[in-house]
Amino acid sequence: MSDKPPIPASLEAELRAEFERAWRQELRRTIPVKDRMRIGRRAMPQRPAGQRNGDFEEVNLGLGPEDAVIEARRCLDCAKPACVTGCPVRIDIPTFVKLVEKGEFAAAAAKIREANSLPAVCGRVCPQETQCEEVCHLRKATGVPVAIGNLERFVSDFERREGGSVFPACAPPTGRKAAVVGAGPAGLTVAGELARRGHEVTVFEALHEAGGVLVYGIPEFRLPKSILVAEVAYLERLGVEFRMNFIVGRTATVDDLVAEGYGAVFIGTGAGLPNFMGIPGENLVGVYSANEYLTRVNLMRAYDFPRYDTPVWPGRRAAVIGGGNVAMDSVRTAKRLGAEEALIVYRRSRAEMPARIEEVHHAEEEGIAFHFLTVPTRYIGDGRGRVRAMECLRMELGEPDASGRRRPVPVPGSEFTTEVDLVICAIGQSPNPLIPQTTPGLRVGKWGTIEVDWETMAASLPGVYSGGDIVRGGATVILAMGDARVAAAAMDRRLREGPAPKSGTGPEGKA
Amino acid sequence: MPRVVRRERLVPNIHLLEVEAPEISRKCRPGQFVVVMPDARGERIPLTIADWDRGRGTVTVVFMTVGTSTRKLALLGSGDTVPIFAGPLGRPSETGNVGTVVCVGGCYGIASVHPLARAYKEAGSRVVVVVDVKADYLFYWRDKLEAVADELIVSSRDGLYGDTDYVPRRVRAILEREKVDRVVAVGCTYLMSSVAEATRPAGVKTVVSLNPVMVDGTGMCGACRVTVGGETRFACVDGPDFDGHLVDWDELYARRKAYFDDEIRSLCAWEEERFP
Repeated sequence: MSDKPPIPASLEAELRAEFERAWRQELRRTIPVKDRMRIGRRAMPQRPAGQRNGDFEEVNLGLGPEDAVIEARRCLDCAKPACVTGCPVRIDIPTFVKLVEKGEFAAAAAKIREANSLPAVCGRVCPQETQCEEVCHLRKATGVPVAIGNLERFVSDFERREGGSVFPACAPPTGRKAAVVGAGPAGLTVAGELARRGHEVTVFEALHEAGGVLVYGIPEFRLPKSILVAEVAYLERLGVEFRMNFIVGRTATVDDLVAEGYGAVFIGTGAGLPNFMGIPGENLVGVYSANEYLTRVNLMRAYDFPRYDTPVWPGRRAAVIGGGNVAMDSVRTAKRLGAEEALIVYRRSRAEMPARIEEVHHAEEEGIAFHFLTVPTRYIGDGRGRVRAMECLRMELGEPDASGRRRPVPVPGSEFTTEVDLVICAIGQSPNPLIPQTTPGLRVGKWGTIEVDWETMAASLPGVYSGGDIVRGGATVILAMGDARVAAAAMDRRLREGPAPKSGTGPEGKA
Repeated sequence: MPRVVRRERLVPNIHLLEVEAPEISRKCRPGQFVVVMPDARGERIPLTIADWDRGRGTVTVVFMTVGTSTRKLALLGSGDTVPIFAGPLGRPSETGNVGTVVCVGGCYGIASVHPLARAYKEAGSRVVVVVDVKADYLFYWRDKLEAVADELIVSSRDGLYGDTDYVPRRVRAILEREKVDRVVAVGCTYLMSSVAEATRPAGVKTVVSLNPVMVDGTGMCGACRVTVGGETRFACVDGPDFDGHLVDWDELYARRKAYFDDEIRSLCAWEEERFP
């Protein structure tokens, strides 16, 4: 598995052709490269920290059109655009950025959509600093890359605001049916790609809203639900059918779907099973998995309790265990729900934190305290089953481990106790075992991940494909989408080459 | 959205809800549950499947009105819809010909224990059903239970069935009377824990169907974690059935009460809105 495999020759030729177009050549001539390099990166406007940490409205406001055009001028329009290699779904970044520079925002949006079904989502949640922006030649030259993520967000927001997306050209109906299991980033991407290729796509989702981690995990202040609703509506316009509250593995098995005439099945059920540390007191009331905490708040709208029926414990002193994006989302949510103190407890140091830099900055601005090189060893109850304190151990960094990060080593005798009445464990998830358990013959790896051929994302059963966290164990939205594009191409080939569709009409009874 | 075929009050505070759910009715087996959300602002709650009709494509649950969600469900009528009726979830109970099985049910569990008793009976077991009710007017499904039980014992505090003995003592009396191979208990946590205590000295295998707080019901959130035999298990995917002698009951009591104050607040807010 590689995050950044080389660009195929066909795509390289396409990029080259776009690069050679007359309008691009002319645009390159309008401003000399050294002038472009002198333009400063446009800052993302955001709401003041003291205001936003008390509500769930979006933190970032998005670039305005003038700033977007100026930001786009910073792009040097390189002959060999490294940014595209840094993008797991291979957006033609230079072309879309140069369309922004020309002020053709709708065309820029359409260009992104050729490779990315969820641009408004990716513009907000992708870790650009380790992908497209990390390899940007401008970054190598000046230290400050083109704000590709902010531009992606700008054009997709423009598209949504200005009355909808440019509808992509769809292939004529093939009459072939595909099933997608799980409406998360991978599933939604496969659905969009296959629908555009003319196939009938049904998405089966266990929860009552589409989006997977985008709806239950990522909070409103980082990814407003209205954006996801718009992206899902776009897929529905492409003809994708959504079957909600349908638990593949229980309501019907993968074998049932194949028997019902789905010529290809994509499994994108994610890494749903929360990990705990296995330390004493973890089942005390007030100790949550990040999944539960965020699901209550985001999917079930506990921030609007009692107008919505699902409650959540707000806590006065909240500790979030972990240093990833989920930990940042959890701790910032706890602050917003009224915790007087909300802290991150992370066993390594700042440099090893896997969270996006922007999320860490936002958390700091919002008054989150960071306790590095600290690990909880047990939770202490109040005698009535509720957490009241936690015992921690200080760590120091030792030799690098398998991930290349320096391994935290306990400092003997450094135990200390600190009062907390809310603990959120954000230390990762494992693959959801439901489908592997109920699908005989589906090969899984040591950690319960589904094994695939990385060239096609085909699993060990004919016609079954998979991608995202159920294959990777725990990665990012955009890597899941990259897998999904590979899988969709292979599924398209299989559907076209496969037997003519049976007359089956799919599962009976609409949800 | 799934359509309600029938909603009726069986006895005060306990209601039956039959919902059109052809896929679930085709797949469900005794011991499994559905996750139900009564309306768009509701909570996702797990309810044990009490019966199903594959011909009509319906699934029946029986619930007690306690909080906001169950109060909302109790106001539904035939033709209404519920936004979520998802399942079947959880591992099916392991039933079969085990010899003699004592099936204990109380309140909503009187209905939940019915498909279990039926499955044991169909597999060839001798089935003794023990029902715990506070008073005779709280006893329902007598005919359904009589149809599957070799013996039906009703313990009612008002003595109208000739037996006021509390259920755990009743179960112990059966263990003294004859050889019992398995005990199954479904109902409130108190009923299940006290039955498990009653059978512990004799060491008779006792299966309980746990009822912790859940959110998604598919293994994603871990709200329903319980300690069984010293290990953390998720009731939704590892259960809901567990060995009653290995369950950490004190922890389960505490976790079930986690939102007690919020539940009252929620109910008050809803009543003010619904009945101004």
